[in-house]
This record gives sequence, structure tokens and C-alpha cells, in this order.
Amino acid sequence: MAQIGNVLAVPSAAPVETRVMRLRNFWSDYRRSWVAVAALAVIVTLLVAAFGAPWLVPQDPYDLAQLDWLDAFLPPRTAGSGGYVHLLGTDNAGRDMLSAILYGLRTSFVIGISAGALALTLGISIGLTSAYFGGRIEALLMRIVDLQLSMPAILLALVMAAVLGQGVPQIILALVVAQYAYFARTTHGAASVERRKDYIEAARSTPLPTRRILFKHLLPNVLPPLIVVATVQVASAISLEATLSFLGVGLPLTEPSLGSLISNGFKYIHAGRSWLSIYPGVFLMITVVAINLVGDQVRTVIDPRNSR
Amino acid sequence: MFGYLVGRLIQAVMVVFVMSVIVFVGVYAIGNPIDVMIDPGASQEIRENLIRQYGFDQPLWQQYFTFVSNVFQGDLGRSMVYNIPVTSLVFSRLPATLELVLVSVGIATLIGVPAGMYAGYRPNSIAAKLIMALSVLGFSVPTFWIGMLLIMAFAVNLGWLPSGGRGEVGQFLWFDTSLATSNGWAHVIMPAINLSLFKMGLMIRLTRAGMVEAMGTDYVRFARAQGLPDRQIVFGHIMRNISIPLVTVFGLELGSTLAFAVVTETVFNWPGVGKLIIDSILQLDRPVMVSYLVMVVLLFVMINLVVDLIYARLDPRVRLKGGS
Repeated sequence: MAQIGNVLAVPSAAPVETRVMRLRNFWSDYRRSWVAVAALAVIVTLLVAAFGAPWLVPQDPYDLAQLDWLDAFLPPRTAGSGGYVHLLGTDNAGRDMLSAILYGLRTSFVIGISAGALALTLGISIGLTSAYFGGRIEALLMRIVDLQLSMPAILLALVMAAVLGQGVPQIILALVVAQYAYFARTTHGAASVERRKDYIEAARSTPLPTRRILFKHLLPNVLPPLIVVATVQVASAISLEATLSFLGVGLPLTEPSLGSLISNGFKYIHAGRSWLSIYPGVFLMITVVAINLVGDQVRTVIDPRNSR
Repeated sequence: MFGYLVGRLIQAVMVVFVMSVIVFVGVYAIGNPIDVMIDPGASQEIRENLIRQYGFDQPLWQQYFTFVSNVFQGDLGRSMVYNIPVTSLVFSRLPATLELVLVSVGIATLIGVPAGMYAGYRPNSIAAKLIMALSVLGFSVPTFWIGMLLIMAFAVNLGWLPSGGRGEVGQFLWFDTSLATSNGWAHVIMPAINLSLFKMGLMIRLTRAGMVEAMGTDYVRFARAQGLPDRQIVFGHIMRNISIPLVTVFGLELGSTLAFAVVTETVFNWPGVGKLIIDSILQLDRPVMVSYLVMVVLLFVMINLVVDLIYARLDPRVRLKGGS
């Protein structure tokens, strides 16, 4: 917790820094690691490819009219009835794998990012509230959070997904339930240190509404460690969703995410049709590892022990 | 200490109560198992008999009450799919999961701890960097996909190992375990490695951190000044000091390995409790789901309680803060 306190001391110690300057400093620190820069480039490329998928790939894998059963199980780099080459082959329904993977990546990103954002919001609210008001509220909320943290996220997500059923909103909700506790814990840790500082005392002695103190004064100063947690949690949300879909409680193959594509391909690995599951898995792995590498570097940069 | 103990016990009981209500209500909100169980063409009379037999005609709170009072008599209900008591179903699957968890935690420790110690001993060597990079991979690459790659490589392409299932079961002492036969080991080794990777990453990082910290302490410097060989310092002095936090984490992680086994067991078609819960979710086998989840909650609450009590024993500040 002491480290988090130090992190927070940085922005208040240098109030003359403008936002642009701070961003520029951040970037010059960030780019010292070429691995992290490469990872960031990979993420940007994947995001563009995933959200630009409808304009980039030859086929809409959701549109049954575009699928031809005669194209099923074409190995990579063969031409199908559509007159174009299937770079990564086709699956059992004749879906072009590259198209399916990019559409699936889009679903995975949407789920990961929205689950991360919602969990962040919920976690911040709980963490700030309990740290600011203290007392019984704090004891109760943090007890719940700690209990949840002691249980593996996969289990919580599994139960939630089983209860809520299949579909994108249901999965997002399941992931939020499984993950908000990390944000609540981090926010609470940072905010309890900040809360004792003079500027919060000063703000409290003015007739400012509590909401304003919480979100305009306290929140900006607890944000840095949360950014790191958020990056890592997006990666783990994507990976969790894939795992749930693989286990059969996530998304159905009619709304393919990377996990459901891998799960579908898994049925055919004994028949030697490994491309059905290898390629979506490679994309999943690259995505998750790249996000984690970026998160690692952000952590290094905002850690004051490494500052110049 | 006594007040603290009572307080924590009451809290633990309350948590189990609340969680069991949530699980019960949650599970009973999913679908109608009667529709899954019987032929849609069955007569209304059969339907109603079944509903009455399973007690689904009663209000939810009454069903919960029946469930709890049965649990206290050691009866967790009957599986709707296998039509045998849930307790015997779970206990028949438990050995498979336990041996898998045991082997994988063993692998994680035997490889993770030495690798982490080396990475902390020579932090700037290429081998250390490689070890750390591998530990990041173990953390971030989804377990199920690695499992699939293992199957593809060693079962489908090379044909060295079986791709799934538990293999022959032999007798060891008074247990039936597949660890007693070589065929059983051939079956267990791949899923165990798969399950161990995450844990191994964790072990490597923890050991390395402890090692790096210990290398800078006074007692190590003093031992060096005495002219003790490095080997004796590392294995005699440092290892003893870093093993305490490692054992704590080891114990804590045992529970989460049980949970992670869900994924590995599904990939390798391993007939343990993890596979059982996935199957019961997919088949809407409510009694199995509820019992498994309540047992897991109980397990984690118990682990937490023990850890809290040990900490309270070791650190008086914890006791004073949360005493009342």
C-alpha cells in the first residue's frame, strides 16, 4: 500500500505540469522498452483489424447465405467456391477462418473492454465510498470484496455464466461480477491513503458536495494504479470469456468469439484439422500477451521508484 | 484471542449461509430441469408426479429449507442425471481430481522453486530472463489453449501420450489411484503439466522476489564475509527464510488449483469433479451444481478462516484491529 501512496504523491507534488506535458513525459518513458512499443503497435493493429473487419475480410461469418457447405474443411491457402483464397482455411460450416477470427476478435474486444470499463466503474464507486466514509460501510464492503478475491475468478464467472445463460450482455455481467473486486481493492487502498491528506481535509471544510469531493478531488489522485489494473483486467476478461466459451457456457458459435471458435475447432483436432483451433488460439494469445506487456510497461513508468 | 476466534467463526458461518442462499436461488433460476429430464410427449400426470417427487411444487424458501435440513443429515440430494446420491457421485470423482492437483502442484514446485531461485541468484543472466519470460507466458496464455496444443503435439502428431481419460487405476495402500500404474502416469502427466503452468509462473515469481530480497540482507552479507561457499548460503540460509511465504502461498493456491482443474479436466476429458460440475451445468443437474458450489464455498471459507487465524496468532495487530 505504501507504494501506491508514493505513486499518488507525484501528481500533487508537481502541479505546474500541464496535461500535455505529462502525457509527453509518459510517452518518452514508455518508449524506452521496444518490446512494449511493439506490443502497443500489435494491439492497435488488432483493434483496427477487428473493428474494420467488415471492410477487410471477404466474408461475413454471421451471414448464413454466404456460407457454402461444399467449402467445409478447406486447408489454409486453398481457394473456395467464393473465388478467393482462404488464407487460414475454412471450418466445418465452410466459414472462412480469417473472417471468423477477425469478427471473433471484435466480439472478444467488445466483451473485454466493456467488462473492464463496467468493473472499473463499479470498483471505483465501491472503493471510494468505503474509503471515504469508513466505519461500518467500509468494514462490510471490504469484507465482501476480500471474500470474493479469495475465490478464483474463473469459478465466479462460471457460476454467473451458468445462472445468466448465453449471450454477450450476460457474459459481460458475469465478468464484471468476477472482476470488480480487484478494482474495489486497489481503489480502496489508494483512497484510504489519500483521504488522510490535507487537501481532502481542506475540501471537506468547505461546503462542497460530497459527490464533488469524491470524484473531482479524490478520484484523479487514485487513478494511476487503477489504469494498470484496468489494462491487465481487460486481458484477463478476454481470456476468461474465451475459457467460458470453450467450456460451453459462454457464447454460442452463432456469435463467434475467439473462445467459441477454438471450442468448435477442438472437436476436429483428432482428425488432423488443427487449423480450426490453432489460428484463433494464436490470435487470442497474441492479444492477451500484448495487453499484458503494455500493462507491465505502464506499471514501470508510473512507479516513482523508476522515475528520473 | 478467544473473542477474535468467535467473531471470525460467526462471520464464516454467515458467509456460508449467504453464499448458499445466493447459489440456491441462482441455480434454481436456470431453466426447468423437468423439461430436460423427460420426454416432451410424456403425460401431464407423469410430469406432475416428477415435479412433486423433486419438490419443485413447493415455494422456493421451503425448497431451500428442505435442502439445508437434508445437508445437516449428510444428504445432498440425488443427481437427476446419474440417479445416485450426490455425495457418492462427488466422492467417486474426487480421487481423480486430487491426484491431478497433487501431481501438478508437485511439478510446479519442483520446477518453479529451483527456476525462481536461479533467476533471483543470477538476475541478469540470459537463463534468468528466459525463465521470467516463460513465467509471463504461463500467466497470460489461457490454460485450455495450451492444453490443446499439448494434445496436438504429444497425442495427435507424435502419438507418445494418450489424449485424455484417466487410464488404468491401481491399488496404492488403501487408495485406488492411477498413480500406481504406468499407464495411469501416462494419462496424468499431460493434464498435470497443463494445470501446473499457471502455478509454476507464480512460484517462479515469488521465489525470485524472495531470493532477490534475501541476497541483499545482512545475514547473507555476513555469511559471505565469513567465507561460506555460495551453495551453503543459498541452500542453508536463504532457502530456510524464503520457504515460509512459499508454504503459505502453496496452501492458499491448493484451493484455486481445484477450481482451475475445471478447465484442464474438460480439455483432457479427465473424470474428476471439475468435469462433473461442467457436465451438470450443461445438463441442468441442479442438486449436483448446488452441492458442488456449496462445498467449494465451504472449502474457501475454511481456508480463509485458517489463514486469518494463523495471521492473528502471528501478528497481534490483526487481533486488536478486528477483535470486536
